Amino acid sequence: MYLDNDRRPTLTPQLAVRVALIGGIALVAFAAIFFRLWYLQVLSGDRYLAEANDNRVREIKVQAPRGEIVDRNGRTLVDNRAGMAVELTPDGLPKTLPERRELYARLGELLAMRPKAIERDVEPELKALPYSSVTVKEDVDAPLVWYLLEHQDEFPGVEPERVFLREYPHRETGAHLFGTVGELNERQKNDPRYRDVELGDRIGQSGIELEYDRFLRGRNGASRVQVDALGNLNRRLKFRDPRQGSQLRLSVDLDVQEAGQEALQGGTGKGAFAVMDVNTGEVLGLGSEPSFDPNIFAKTVKKRDLDRVYSDDLGSPITNRAIQGGYPTGSTFKLVTATAALESGIITPDTPLVDTGSLTVGGIPFSNAGGVSHGVLALRQALTVSSDVFFYRLGLQANSTGDGLALQHWARRLGIGRSTGIDLPNELPGLLPTPKWRNRLFEAGDTDRPWSEGDNVNLSVGQGDLKADPMQMAVAYAAIANGGRVLRPRLGQRIEDASGRVVQQLEAPTARRLEISAENSQAIMDGLRGAASAPGGTSTPVFEGFPIDIAGKTGTAEKGLGRADQSWYVALAPYPDPKYVVAVTDEAGGFGAATAAPMARRILAALFGVDEDALVSGGASQD
Amino acid sequence: MNATPVAHFRDRGVRVLPIDPLLLVAALGLVAVSLYTVATATQDDIPGDPNYYLTRQAGYAGVGIILMLLISRFDYSRMREWKMGVYGLMIAAILLVYALGFSARGSKRAIELGVINFQASELGKLLLVLSLSAFVVDRMRRLGDRETTSRIMLVALFPAMLVIGQPDLGSGLVYLAIAVAVLFVAGTRWTHFAALGAIGVLAVVIVLLAAPAMGVEVLKPYQVDRLTAFLNPSDDPGAEGYQINQSLTAIGSGGKTGRGDDATQTRLDFLPEHHTDFIFSVVGEELGFVGAAIVLSLFALLIWRALRILTMSKNLYGALIAGGITAMLMFQVFVNVGMTIGIMPITGVPLPLMSYGGSSVLVTFMALGVMQSIYARARETASVKGL
Repeated sequence: MYLDNDRRPTLTPQLAVRVALIGGIALVAFAAIFFRLWYLQVLSGDRYLAEANDNRVREIKVQAPRGEIVDRNGRTLVDNRAGMAVELTPDGLPKTLPERRELYARLGELLAMRPKAIERDVEPELKALPYSSVTVKEDVDAPLVWYLLEHQDEFPGVEPERVFLREYPHRETGAHLFGTVGELNERQKNDPRYRDVELGDRIGQSGIELEYDRFLRGRNGASRVQVDALGNLNRRLKFRDPRQGSQLRLSVDLDVQEAGQEALQGGTGKGAFAVMDVNTGEVLGLGSEPSFDPNIFAKTVKKRDLDRVYSDDLGSPITNRAIQGGYPTGSTFKLVTATAALESGIITPDTPLVDTGSLTVGGIPFSNAGGVSHGVLALRQALTVSSDVFFYRLGLQANSTGDGLALQHWARRLGIGRSTGIDLPNELPGLLPTPKWRNRLFEAGDTDRPWSEGDNVNLSVGQGDLKADPMQMAVAYAAIANGGRVLRPRLGQRIEDASGRVVQQLEAPTARRLEISAENSQAIMDGLRGAASAPGGTSTPVFEGFPIDIAGKTGTAEKGLGRADQSWYVALAPYPDPKYVVAVTDEAGGFGAATAAPMARRILAALFGVDEDALVSGGASQD
Repeated sequence: MNATPVAHFRDRGVRVLPIDPLLLVAALGLVAVSLYTVATATQDDIPGDPNYYLTRQAGYAGVGIILMLLISRFDYSRMREWKMGVYGLMIAAILLVYALGFSARGSKRAIELGVINFQASELGKLLLVLSLSAFVVDRMRRLGDRETTSRIMLVALFPAMLVIGQPDLGSGLVYLAIAVAVLFVAGTRWTHFAALGAIGVLAVVIVLLAAPAMGVEVLKPYQVDRLTAFLNPSDDPGAEGYQINQSLTAIGSGGKTGRGDDATQTRLDFLPEHHTDFIFSVVGEELGFVGAAIVLSLFALLIWRALRILTMSKNLYGALIAGGITAMLMFQVFVNVGMTIGIMPITGVPLPLMSYGGSSVLVTFMALGVMQSIYARARETASVKGL
């Protein structure tokens, strides 16, 4: 069977050499593999183990909802709702910019955004934080989310993400207080206040949200997850629950707030009000009209909405007139003039002065409203009937007594023309006219004349260059009512956990204390009480039949240039031991008694729980 | 060899052919490690069926062992007479894949045969060894001629080119390695090997450098990428370098004693092909240096026994077959393991007895059956001669 040449008796030397060679090759190869394995596993094992762990572990941020904001009775003013945002996760995005641009173009079409705008928003953030995701659009509709999920391969790296969006159930009511929430921006990144905040986290950007951000801001949770090669979640390794921010209880009373804004809407639609506890500085209401719906800021704000809230034609709804107004105050300023005159000894509460109906200063006649003459009167009566001439005289005398700045000194002490220090950002100080101020303007050529005594006469009744806002007036009136304490108004009352348990009481800051004699402030209080109750009192008819005793002052500020007068009312109640001050103004309401005083009455009704409808049906009101 | 006549007659009486126990131990040991590794590496791959790959691999191994034992009883020398039929069968099977083959991952390599996808190129490895050795034996008298060397190489190159065209570059290279080994064992002159080596270098240069430069695509771009990626895996960690990097990470993270059930690279799918071509990486990650060393030792044992059988063979045909099979095993082990540790290109060569896959497991066991047959005939002849 076997052929000759297939017989091979023994191992030839030649074959032995060749087999040895094959064995040698095997030996060398095994040696190479062993050395390589030794290097990989024994010498570099730790490094590769770290790499393997890097491979599989991803940290996913779990957004914490912000704390809710409630009113003094626990009613929700600001809460959260869950929404879907479209985010880009760097892991999944195309690696090159041209590819990403194509993605932005597709995404732009889907989200109705300009691709350029997406690129401008996203690219810098990707550079700054290459591993954390970037929000493209907040609050997208569910069908769009489904579309994205069904077409993942067309949108690599695009992922819908659950986010919490602020919600303002009362819409326009209190809109100016809360402010907005937005992502931490480049500029804020280095602020030590935001040490724990990551780029892309949402923080308070204005209003209460900004002021109390450190309480409202929650602590984001983190989920360390194990992912497989495709990035699919495989196992949760460690989870730190997101912690919702603390609840913030404001001193605001939603009813008062609503009443105030409704009252303002019933006027010319442009105005503001402030309601404060005269003893504690707690603000029960602070509103400005026109208002806006803060829900537009809860997600990426639309250009159209933004234009609207900043539109001057629409009265600049974003402006908080209660702390940024800057208006002449009219006769409501007489409280300041009275305090200055009494405390600097120009008059006593009983010093009689003659009101002949007008006073000529520097050749210019200053007259009472309507040209009436009130005859001889002392301070109480002058406040009650709001005699301008009486206060003109005080202004005139103040200008020539001592350093001539008694009015300015006292106005300043009472907080006029300076920030009240309320716990809201962006307060404007307003303007208290002084000789120095006007003379400097004159020297700079910005005005036609230097300071004259006429300026002080104007100031004595809150006309002319004075710029103050309802919050400042409320603080000044409160100081007279509480024995000389100039309060810093506070909105924030306390920090609570979700169930309403107090975590931290927000301490009322210490008030500035003024030396005002009890006799003098009583005289002023009496005058204000008369103005709201005595026959001939400027607001007596407005408060007729109101079950709470009110002390209050009307104000009508001329704004010149044919513009309608600014209408003011500041009330202290209940007399004689006031608990609240209410300051309200309407930019074009005319006489204080005609517009602002009835608004104040509505607010006071809400404040004291007076059922106005019942009163009206009783026929007692003659509004 | 020093068996007494009594013992020798008793052996013959029950007709129990001897089997090389160490070769058997090495093969069974490797299959055992393979089953363990496949089981742990694939338990999450098929949802709801954690043992999908294990049961199949165990089935292949069982059938393979039976085939090995049957073949070891068979006299391999008969194959010499059927050399043309064997060679024809190989070519026909490969062509059948072209005709009927279905596309698996873009390449046609397998024919669906009920339970297993039959990979003709795997069976081709053994058929080539058997037929090529026979051709060489026939031409032994003219072994010194250049014509013999070139003819034998062409006979191997034809099926090699066919499977490379499938495209299965790895198997094609195995064919060439087999041819070189058979010639080497037969005693072909060194100068011929030098010439073959020069041609080989030239071919690599043409395929990888010259042809693409002239716009001719000999290999698919992904094949070129795979072949060159190991030189610089971090260049492109996203694509071809990815496999190598993940494999290195897997093996390296195994450390001295392995990560066992914490083997995340494998379990979380970071390592592609973890049950087939990259199964050695799984061993490295789960069992560490110790486990890898055990597997390599088993292969070393296997190769040692194979070389020993080569030297024992009662005839030249058996020696050439043993040489071809040894080369086939060595080439696959070194190229595969080298690939997983980043010192060899990715060519898609399975790790014999370890990688999941019916064709590879069955063919390797059949090859070992032939080895046992050579061993058995050698022992038998030795007994008859009373050596």
